Amino acid sequence: MGHSPENIIITSEPLDIGELTRQVHLNQGESGAAVTFTGAVRVSAEENGLTAMSLEHYPGMTEAQLAKIVGEANQRWQLNKVMVVHRVGHLSPGEPIVFVGTCGLHRKEAFEAAEFVMDFLKQKATFWKKEHYGSREVWVEAKKTDAEAAERW
Amino acid sequence: MVKVKVLFFANYRELLDCNELEVEINKGSSVGQLCQFLSQKGDVWHQLFANPGSTIKIALNQEMAELSSIINENDEVAFFPPVTGG
Repeated sequence: MGHSPENIIITSEPLDIGELTRQVHLNQGESGAAVTFTGAVRVSAEENGLTAMSLEHYPGMTEAQLAKIVGEANQRWQLNKVMVVHRVGHLSPGEPIVFVGTCGLHRKEAFEAAEFVMDFLKQKATFWKKEHYGSREVWVEAKKTDAEAAERW
Repeated sequence: MVKVKVLFFANYRELLDCNELEVEINKGSSVGQLCQFLSQKGDVWHQLFANPGSTIKIALNQEMAELSSIINENDEVAFFPPVTGG
């Protein structure tokens, strides 16, 4: 039960989703269900002229916020594992930004916990995205729908 | 007077052209009073800090805080826009 710090990773290296998925399935104990989620830079955004995305965060606070969210998920559901991996730095369209993996005894708790972690990550974790359209740069604005998604829990 | 580390992120960092600052403020000051102090540093500072609205997010020692939060010696205060990760 619970989580260890190595289950929360913030990295400027490209995410290897296959390897991360393998790690979620590794030593999952009595879990009958594993759920993984990957969020990526939309390739369709390229049609709007998006050439890249960059992500910055608040080192220290981000890890603490994520640990709190994972801790809360562990209190709400019986989970054998929660993994959160977030990319920072310079990303191209199609590249993964975020990966969440959860293991539980049944699929309902694994699904719910993964959604809970993503909803709160989007609302609480100190990351900021900037879109690059060639030499033009635009900071992404927070969405009201993301705030509402976290409120329903 | 107390020493405080102040951090700025994302568009605030770019707007102010500053990511980190050390300031000395009166003992017992609130984050709101720190904002007033910062607003006197120049035009863009005034624009951001003279009337800090609800969109400006505040962290005190890496925990979310309010304009009314009280700052102590060697505290770390961060200002940033709403988060957009994931």
